[in-house]
Amino acid sequence: MADTAHTAHGSSEGESRRDFLLYATTAVGAVGAALAAWPFIHSMNPAADVLALASTEVDLSPIEEGQAITVTWRGKPVFVRHRTAEEIEMANAVDVSELRDPQTDEERVQKPEWLVAVGICTHLGCVPLGQKPGEPKGEWGGWFCPCHGSHYDTSGRIRKGPAPLNLPVPGYEFIEDQRIVIG
Amino acid sequence: MSELNTNNRALKWFEARLPVVSFLDHSLGTKYPAPKNLSYMWNFGSLAGIVLVIMIISGLFLAMNYTAHTDYAFNSVERIMRDVNYGWLLRYIHMNGASFFFIVVYIHIFRGLYYGSYKPPREVLWWMGLVILLLMMATAFMGYVLPWGQMSFWGATVITNLFSAFPIVGDDIVTLLWGGFSVDNPTLNRFFALHFVLPFAIVGVVILHIWALHEAKSNNPLGIDMKGPNDAIPFHPYYTVKDLFGLGVFLIFFAYFVFWAPNYMGHPDNYIPADPLVTPAHIVPEWYFLPFYAILRAVPDKLGGVLLMFASILVLAALPWLDTSKVRSAVFRPIYKWFFWLFFADCILLGYIGAMPAEEPYVLIGQFATAYYFLHLIVLLPLIGWFEKPKPLPESISAAVSKKSKGGHGPVPANAPAQEKA
Repeated sequence: MADTAHTAHGSSEGESRRDFLLYATTAVGAVGAALAAWPFIHSMNPAADVLALASTEVDLSPIEEGQAITVTWRGKPVFVRHRTAEEIEMANAVDVSELRDPQTDEERVQKPEWLVAVGICTHLGCVPLGQKPGEPKGEWGGWFCPCHGSHYDTSGRIRKGPAPLNLPVPGYEFIEDQRIVIG
Repeated sequence: MSELNTNNRALKWFEARLPVVSFLDHSLGTKYPAPKNLSYMWNFGSLAGIVLVIMIISGLFLAMNYTAHTDYAFNSVERIMRDVNYGWLLRYIHMNGASFFFIVVYIHIFRGLYYGSYKPPREVLWWMGLVILLLMMATAFMGYVLPWGQMSFWGATVITNLFSAFPIVGDDIVTLLWGGFSVDNPTLNRFFALHFVLPFAIVGVVILHIWALHEAKSNNPLGIDMKGPNDAIPFHPYYTVKDLFGLGVFLIFFAYFVFWAPNYMGHPDNYIPADPLVTPAHIVPEWYFLPFYAILRAVPDKLGGVLLMFASILVLAALPWLDTSKVRSAVFRPIYKWFFWLFFADCILLGYIGAMPAEEPYVLIGQFATAYYFLHLIVLLPLIGWFEKPKPLPESISAAVSKKSKGGHGPVPANAPAQEKA
């Protein structure tokens, strides 16, 4: 009697041992496969040389009032516009609550005569026109995106068209009166 | 193709339109019968398939960061090593993966030689394997050119020049391969394109290889056919689990080299950027080409060496007829068994000679080893088949297994068929 009980006990022990080994092996295999997949996926993320991008310094002194320049920062165009008094006034004379992406002009500039914004349309990433003289500036005197017809005002805010957000303002600071560092 | 045993209605619906699940079950699952006495020597086929997948995946991710231009190739590989996240790991997996691919495939081939897996009805299966071997060699060679180190450049120069040995058209073929007057950017560009596409050609031939295998079914250590359900077990779960265990052991060896000795099987000179004006003092191919390289060098004639080297692989295609013995497995061939190991040692010796400089006594040893390689295949194999008296074969796989489990290798009844029907 004791023998059979022992045998029965032994066989169920064998089964649980087998189950344990099966689950443990499966778990180690699954974790191993996941860990092995990560280096492959992560290798597609930005590499060290790509991440080591410098910030961009801009000398503002040669930019006349009413002129705009485009500088490259992290591979993207950054619009720097020396706004006229009229343009600043237009940017302020807006009922903010009517905007799709409500922002006052003061929230978007550090000095009212200098507008700095990333020149990438927030719809699908084209570069809006309006930097060069003669290019269409849209219905609000700012920028016009040729891809799907988004209009931006003199503060770079979205006014019309499919784009959801204003042109983003990058982090920048004035290191001198006429010199900024972006990034 | 029989019914799929399932109550899942969605699966049944799908099966009626594309029977892929039952196809897999028949190919690699519970419906594929495999001899129940397969040893661990039968692990290396599935391992080779897994290494092929590892090579394709790691190669794909490397290609995302590699630049196939002579001005950038070396630096782009160094960028992969330094700047790309885990780039060093991807490159070392791919580098050592190539070596392990050849290790696994060479074991696979010698397994086939020992157990007579090339004999009827598996000749086409064997030929598909040889096509895979040739494609592997071409792919590995072109991949080795891509980092554009000294060994890459001079290896490419030497191997492409092999074709210049052919009379009349030789130089035109070489110019065509190079796309110019020497190995240069056009060569690197086309080798990258071919190195990307050939692995998929290998996948195609591997499918034919497995297809041919499934027509004849696996050979086994006894070299006799499966005669009934008693001789077979389903591939899944018995051999899937056995293959997975083998994979685990394989990955331990592979990981050791990737993490602790990543450059052991490579050549340091390939860390010098290619210089078309200076050939390194000691130029040798990757280790897995060494036996063939030794055969090439053994002949003091340009065309003769090239022909003999190609012949050393092509002659294997005739093995089903060169080996005249009707018994497949060397287990029952007391004389062949010894000559098999002599042949194996000769191949190792050829590899060693290939790594040595071209001076005495290596030249002479290489010539003898080359002669023996062909002597074994063309002269000894047919003769052994005629003169050897094979040991009696067991009645069936099942009978042999149950006899073994009773603890005896005793003589098989005299009325047992001495020879397997071809």
